[in-house]
Amino acid sequence: MTSGKTLALTLLGAKGRWRMWEFALWLVAIAATFLLPSQLLILTEVAILALFAVSLDLILGYAGIVSLGHTAFFGLGAYAAGILARDYVTEPVTGLVFAGLVSGLFGLATSFLVLRGSDLTRLMTTFGVAMLLAELGNQMAWLTGGADGLSGISMSPILGLFEFDLWGRNGYIYCLAVLIVLTFIARRIVNSPFGLSLMAIKRNPRRAAMLGISPKRRIVVIYAISAAYAGMAGALLTQTTSFVSPDVLAFHRSADVLLVLVIGGAGYLYGGIFGAIIFTLLRDWLSVATPQYWMFWIGLILVAIVMIGRERLTGWPALLARSLRGKSEPAGKETP
Amino acid sequence: MLTILFDGVAYGMLLFILACGLSITLGLMNFVNLAHGAFAMAGGYVTVILMNRFGISFYWCLPAAFFVTALIGAALEVTLYRRLYRASHLDQVLFSIGLVFMAISAADYFMGGQQQLINLPAELRGRFDLFGIGIGRSRLFVIVICAMLTVALQLALTRTRFGSQLRAAVDDGRVARGLGISVSTIFVLTFALGSGLAGLGGALGADMLGLDPNFPLKFLIYFMIVVTVGGTSSITGPFVAALLLGVADVAGKYYLPQAGAFIIYAVMILVLIVRPNGLFSREGR
Repeated sequence: MTSGKTLALTLLGAKGRWRMWEFALWLVAIAATFLLPSQLLILTEVAILALFAVSLDLILGYAGIVSLGHTAFFGLGAYAAGILARDYVTEPVTGLVFAGLVSGLFGLATSFLVLRGSDLTRLMTTFGVAMLLAELGNQMAWLTGGADGLSGISMSPILGLFEFDLWGRNGYIYCLAVLIVLTFIARRIVNSPFGLSLMAIKRNPRRAAMLGISPKRRIVVIYAISAAYAGMAGALLTQTTSFVSPDVLAFHRSADVLLVLVIGGAGYLYGGIFGAIIFTLLRDWLSVATPQYWMFWIGLILVAIVMIGRERLTGWPALLARSLRGKSEPAGKETP
Repeated sequence: MLTILFDGVAYGMLLFILACGLSITLGLMNFVNLAHGAFAMAGGYVTVILMNRFGISFYWCLPAAFFVTALIGAALEVTLYRRLYRASHLDQVLFSIGLVFMAISAADYFMGGQQQLINLPAELRGRFDLFGIGIGRSRLFVIVICAMLTVALQLALTRTRFGSQLRAAVDDGRVARGLGISVSTIFVLTFALGSGLAGLGGALGADMLGLDPNFPLKFLIYFMIVVTVGGTSSITGPFVAALLLGVADVAGKYYLPQAGAFIIYAVMILVLIVRPNGLFSREGR
């Protein structure tokens, strides 16, 4: 009994151990502050999108919930941070926490929608919630600025110390710091017994329930956490751009973030981050190459990814490891 | 009041014709095809091009729209869709969103981003009074056509050999294949029929719904509501759902313009909370 327990703990620890490339990734991201001073605005965009994708990964990659309306939480957080900054408190970290709370609570309130029904019902309810919010944002012009967007936001320095500068340097550092902290927390969550139980639910909910894991409560919790993450990503967007456009609730954002996660691969957290880097560079390049029709190429990429097979594209770390091992194995066989 | 009801029915009938193809692919073939609206848009653009560039009569454009979109649908089914019947829903969603994006950009590239206008024939314009109800001629035309199509479709699915082969192929593809039914041919034909009907709906609705490159996304939610609320086990469910949605939407826009589409989404979510498999579904499917 005890040995089984310690074995499980060791396995859990091995899974949560830090890899070299993780450190390397964060070091590169921090070094970019100094190495690419002219690209900081786009890097900020990457960091925000990465956080948004990480939040989607929590529910899609770990709990297996396909959402077509994840931008509901992103947009809600963006508006919450914007309204708070315009009317009450202009300090960004307060706004970030506030947006996270608002979106998290909304996620908690709507989580029961994804508990029932098939994939299709979930798709429709998440999609419907996002459309509902978009419609609300559009109609409640007195609060949200309607179709013109929410303007007149001026942020005060972060924690009263660091001013948002024109080059986006502090903005980038701020977003990166938030991304790092939240990714660390997400890492702790998914590598905990709770995270493992989520993956069990994703594989086979009925079996998980028989093993004594209650799917409902766990899905509600992870859905709320994911919503809070998305809300904070939205808040970062508001704070770094000092503007909320009604576009934050648009359908294409939900589709974009799905694409980001699919490019990077779902189910290991960093997929969102790699995906965000690739997607942003790609979109930037496409929108320069074909300003009006970049959507066509994004669509083509989506179709191509599905036709080729997601596993083949995103399984490259595993494939790489296998091919390395495959190279070493024949050599080992030849020696005896 | 009755005029609103009439307009709502016309709108609902149109939604049904647009969405019934989706209810077949989604409900019977279990494929989440978010690109359904793109077929409807294709039908609309076929009509616009034929009428405005070649001066062909509106009545000839309707069958043309049907056949052209059916052909596009069949071609896509053979080349792409077929491979994804067994794929996960996430793959299907990603694939069809990709198609929608491509369709939107392509329409924008070839036709421009502006709203397309068509000139209906003179006999379809204007209104006449019948027992004090103002009846739009084009709306009446839409209702008549859609009602005929609905009856034909219902008969085709329940009474013909093709209909029973389709139901067999969907219920258990392997056994159907064993009985000598060519399942893949049936699926191509069904997909083509669904796309063609969407195209026909797009052509009929080009005047009523408007037509611009964003059409597939703008009406996607309506199609999905019709199918999810109506349930996917028969075509009666989507038909009733489409009528309800049409009347509710028109009445809502007339009486409560501020609420916009809000009511529709709220009602859909409520229905899905109470009955996750749709209003008129058989239990356990």
